[in-house]
Amino acid sequence: MTNWSPTILTRVMLAIAVFLSAFPLYWMLVIASRTNADAVAVPPPFLPGGNLGENIIAVLNNEDAKFLLGLTNSFIVASVVTVSVVVISTLAGFSFANLQFKGKNVLLVLVLLTMAVPLQQMGVVPLYRLMVDLGWTGTLQAVILPYLLNGFGVFLMTQYTRQAVPMELVEAARVDGAATLRIWWNVVLPAVRPGMAVLGINTFMLMWNDFMWPLIVLTPDNPTVQIAITSLNARFSTNYTLIFAGTALSIIPLIAVFILFGRQIVGGLMEGAVKA
Amino acid sequence: MPYALVSPYFLLFAAFGLFPLAFTLYYSLHDYDLAGGSEWTGLGNYASLLADDDFWNAVVNTIGMFVIATVPQMLLALFLANALNKRFRFRLAIRMSVLLPLVTSVVAVAVVFTQLYARDWGLVNYLLSWFGVETTNWRAERIPSWIAIATMVDWRWTGYNAIIFLAGMQTIPRDLYEAAAIDGASRRRQFWQITLPMLRPTMIFVVLNSTIGGLTLFSEPTTFYNGNVDGGSQGQFQTVAMFIVKQGFREFDYGYAAAAAWLLFLLILIGALVNFLVVRRIGGTK
Repeated sequence: MTNWSPTILTRVMLAIAVFLSAFPLYWMLVIASRTNADAVAVPPPFLPGGNLGENIIAVLNNEDAKFLLGLTNSFIVASVVTVSVVVISTLAGFSFANLQFKGKNVLLVLVLLTMAVPLQQMGVVPLYRLMVDLGWTGTLQAVILPYLLNGFGVFLMTQYTRQAVPMELVEAARVDGAATLRIWWNVVLPAVRPGMAVLGINTFMLMWNDFMWPLIVLTPDNPTVQIAITSLNARFSTNYTLIFAGTALSIIPLIAVFILFGRQIVGGLMEGAVKA
Repeated sequence: MPYALVSPYFLLFAAFGLFPLAFTLYYSLHDYDLAGGSEWTGLGNYASLLADDDFWNAVVNTIGMFVIATVPQMLLALFLANALNKRFRFRLAIRMSVLLPLVTSVVAVAVVFTQLYARDWGLVNYLLSWFGVETTNWRAERIPSWIAIATMVDWRWTGYNAIIFLAGMQTIPRDLYEAAAIDGASRRRQFWQITLPMLRPTMIFVVLNSTIGGLTLFSEPTTFYNGNVDGGSQGQFQTVAMFIVKQGFREFDYGYAAAAAWLLFLLILIGALVNFLVVRRIGGTK
């Protein structure tokens, strides 16, 4: 019968994949914990050194980099967008999955279309002019607002609600006289919480990483963390330990999310892929 | 009531989806000067773009890096997914670790890779010197810079795509394999004759996703040149997305940038169509 146990070749391949996935992050730690002389030595150092704390303090204290402000700003941007997208998508998903209304299918197709267009790249000129006219360049709301539009979120929550909340449940609640919003709150929300978690994690990571739009609309005085790293990189291009300590700081929140929710991330990705 | 529930999304869609798209078209038909004045130019911006060597350079770079990155990535992801589909210990831990690249920040990793590819003290050149390869100036030359950037992209996305392929593989009924095994088909044959053709819908999803992502590439090449959108001293790795940012926000030629954005969209449509046709042929011989 079919043999599903791995061959030696498979084991070796998996080991290489795990090694390569982890190596750049390990390398980040190696350089971030060394001195600048070590960072440009040939042959390069392969083990971490003892300067990590020192280098991190140097980054946080660097007046030009505004690194702490960058971390805070990224946290605000990612959190606000995540909460808004999850709420907006859950409401719309409930509506599309469990309620009947005219034009529903047309609207749903429109959602799918917005997923296929890279809006943040396409519409970058008018979005920037809009922020100039509003006087919002350099502010966090300029970064946040365009990302509240998230077709993927609506699509995901529609699919998830369809599967998690049977129509009979909604109709039974309606017979009992519950208002639509109460049904959403009492019946739908508890059932779709896992879907909300997947969407939330995805959105947070996406926003934390966002680069092109903040680079256009923000200034180095009020950066997100990615812009702060870019300024460090541009101003201190050979000060590797400083830059690497910054990059290490910038991925700590992501690694924390990953350790806490890794199982859900893997599961959510795999489920989403099959349904899409 | 249903309309009220979907309205937040569609209000946002109007403000940050429809409005920018429509106005990108409007801007692309006008000429802007630095003082903020503008005049109607019709298709003038598009005509200039099509005659602009810098624009074509960016198009060629974008497509080149996309091909160099995507072809090996798809193959690796497929084989990795096949390996991940076997039974072994620490399965969840290994699946999580191939996803690790996805959850790290793009800019941070691009910084790390840039240091790894440094000419004089980078680890890559050091390791290559063991095999007698001469020092490569990864950033200064066209093809080496594409390869360096392609490895950053592949490092990030191969594991993710493998997980998506894995999900697709798990929906393939096991009895297909059992029947093939009874007929004496080797495991390699089973992979090519059953797994690959059955995986086509997943593959279309993955390839379309990679097409959109690859043709709008921005963060990695920008970070590779210290946050500068010129893409190297000769523009050897400037992508179309970087070209748009340069024209629009470094030289404030809004009309030109907007027209380039529409051409980028066209490029994505063409890329998506071509890749869709290619994938449809894979394994679909009969």
